[in-house]
Amino acid sequence: MSMTTSTQPVLDIRDLQVYFPVNRGVLFIKNKGAVKAVDGVNLSIAPGETVGLVGESGSGKTTVGRAIIGLVKPTGGVIEFEGNNVLEMNPAALRQFRRQVGVVFQDPYGSLNPRMTAERIISEPLVAHHLFNSKQERRARVQELLEIVGLNAGMASRYPHEFSGGQRQRIGIARAIASDPTLIILDEPVSALDVSIQAQIINLLDELQDRLQIAYLFIAHDLSVVRHASDRVAVMYLGKLMEVAPRDAVYDNPLHPYTKALLSAVPVPDPEIEKKRERTVLTGDIPSPTNPPSGCVFRTRCPIADEACAESIPELREVTPGQHVACLKV
Amino acid sequence: MTTQTNTENDAAASADSASTILEVKNLSTQFRTRAGLVKAVDDVSFSVKEREVLAIVGESGCGKSVTALSVMGLIPTPPGEIVGGEIMFGGKDLLKASDEEMQEIRGGQMGMIFQEPMTSLNPVMTIGKQVAEPLRIHLGLSKTAARVRAGELLSLVGLPDPLEKLDDYPHQMSGGQRQRVMIAMAMSCEPKLLIADEATTALDVTVQAQVLELLIRVTEEFGTALIIITHNLGIVARYAHRVNVMYAGKIRESGTAADVYKKPGHPYTAGLLSSVPNLMQSTSGKLQSIEGEIPDLTDLPSGCAFAPRCPYVQDRCRLEDPPLENVGGDHISACWESAQFRGTT
Repeated sequence: MSMTTSTQPVLDIRDLQVYFPVNRGVLFIKNKGAVKAVDGVNLSIAPGETVGLVGESGSGKTTVGRAIIGLVKPTGGVIEFEGNNVLEMNPAALRQFRRQVGVVFQDPYGSLNPRMTAERIISEPLVAHHLFNSKQERRARVQELLEIVGLNAGMASRYPHEFSGGQRQRIGIARAIASDPTLIILDEPVSALDVSIQAQIINLLDELQDRLQIAYLFIAHDLSVVRHASDRVAVMYLGKLMEVAPRDAVYDNPLHPYTKALLSAVPVPDPEIEKKRERTVLTGDIPSPTNPPSGCVFRTRCPIADEACAESIPELREVTPGQHVACLKV
Repeated sequence: MTTQTNTENDAAASADSASTILEVKNLSTQFRTRAGLVKAVDDVSFSVKEREVLAIVGESGCGKSVTALSVMGLIPTPPGEIVGGEIMFGGKDLLKASDEEMQEIRGGQMGMIFQEPMTSLNPVMTIGKQVAEPLRIHLGLSKTAARVRAGELLSLVGLPDPLEKLDDYPHQMSGGQRQRVMIAMAMSCEPKLLIADEATTALDVTVQAQVLELLIRVTEEFGTALIIITHNLGIVARYAHRVNVMYAGKIRESGTAADVYKKPGHPYTAGLLSSVPNLMQSTSGKLQSIEGEIPDLTDLPSGCAFAPRCPYVQDRCRLEDPPLENVGGDHISACWESAQFRGTT
């Protein structure tokens, strides 16, 4: 789990910014500023590592994932994949990059084309990257992939509506691993599933990582799931990282007041523990990202904020070994 | 809740003397669909005492929401139909009540809040008018009196600047604020019973905590019993006194939250609890998931519906559906193998 500093990360994000312009008017469009969905995020992922990215809605966690795979264009910063800046790649290098990075989306209903059979869905990356020599070879690979994700090879000719939610997510995973990626972006991969099915999919992802040595960026709002799945965890709030640390540090010794509040808000399925737990209930709502607070973005809900927090933006700094916190009071 | 021996008798006595306000007996609700007849709720019985917090927990399709809608008289007919049972509330069988009587009860003595506050609120009506509406209909307050009371209710549920909020529209509020408005409306006539159907599922975890704390505070203040319908086992552990675990239309286990979590009486409950990753401790390796899929309600297996996924399954389970039986104290479970299964866990 501990990564030596000498290994080159699979993915290294530096000072990533994704701003969405806010326009008013129809004919005479006026620029009314920008929503800073992601504002200065630094994050790296080592080979075979799982980094959990957690946050509430509007935190920008999904936008980070979308920026990596090129679904949104970053405003600034660097996204390095195996040492090369993705944002400056030529088309050939970009194709190669796309072969090596898979993605699994939240909604197993919306992310599979209802008019395609499971075989065609899983074949798509194989076709796009010319990863087979004959039809037989392609078919054999699809059947192998179906079995790897725990489905029957015989299900290849079925359409998405003939599968359950859990099975569809397995198809999505088969598609993501088809081109032998070294990194998979998992965007809320289990949050649409029932608890008993969730555990099956988490186990499958775990098993695939051991077998294929894939690194995961695990984007989720469920903190229990992220603890189980991740080696390191990054906590986002309003476009910024609040805390990044190995999972046990984040969960057993959280330092940022937001991380603390977030963890104490999650009810644990054990009445005896719940009786004894301390609860910090945050007041208010997450501010609108169009008009974030000055200084530290969390200060309007923070139990320990003072005037200083309104004036300067806290930098993410290493407080204990491996544990980075962006807070003036820590 | 007290378990010490010297107070046990007192606790039992006070639990008995706390009157039952809702008693559901052998409720069965079915839906006719193109795929066939769906027994969404099948022979379900339970009761709720005054001031009690009961949780109904289960996965999608288990019948927890249909149970709540049946109690409220909100089953769309057709395709749905309550085909049997009794729902006793305030000395009356709600299944025999007329539409007018049900309208009197809903929003009066019985309140309900749903998952999506945006669709439960009228988008073209101010918050103040909407909160005042039940006050005028059920309590007969005048327009001005209702508005004053509405302002008080909004401040009770912790909305900032409640008097200004009276003239706001739902879209001007956040999801958490809208859910607070829903709570204010549901509590406006001081109901005997409030049903919260996945009321916080759509909210972020920090806002969810705020809304749940509020819900517990106001129901305690008004002496209202609360039914929490959820799939979140953590919420049940934090807030519920008792819990009903449902699977494929039936209650499979029921007891105090403490008993059920400490020593589940049904392999399904045990499987659900072990499927949830631990927040308090790091785990590695496999989660103990439940194998297989949630069954199709139009095509349920014979015998126990959980049998095809159950690690303790015996031949008998595939033939006969087990009845709910006492497994100690106030704890019941429907499992032929519960003695053996509980001995092994």
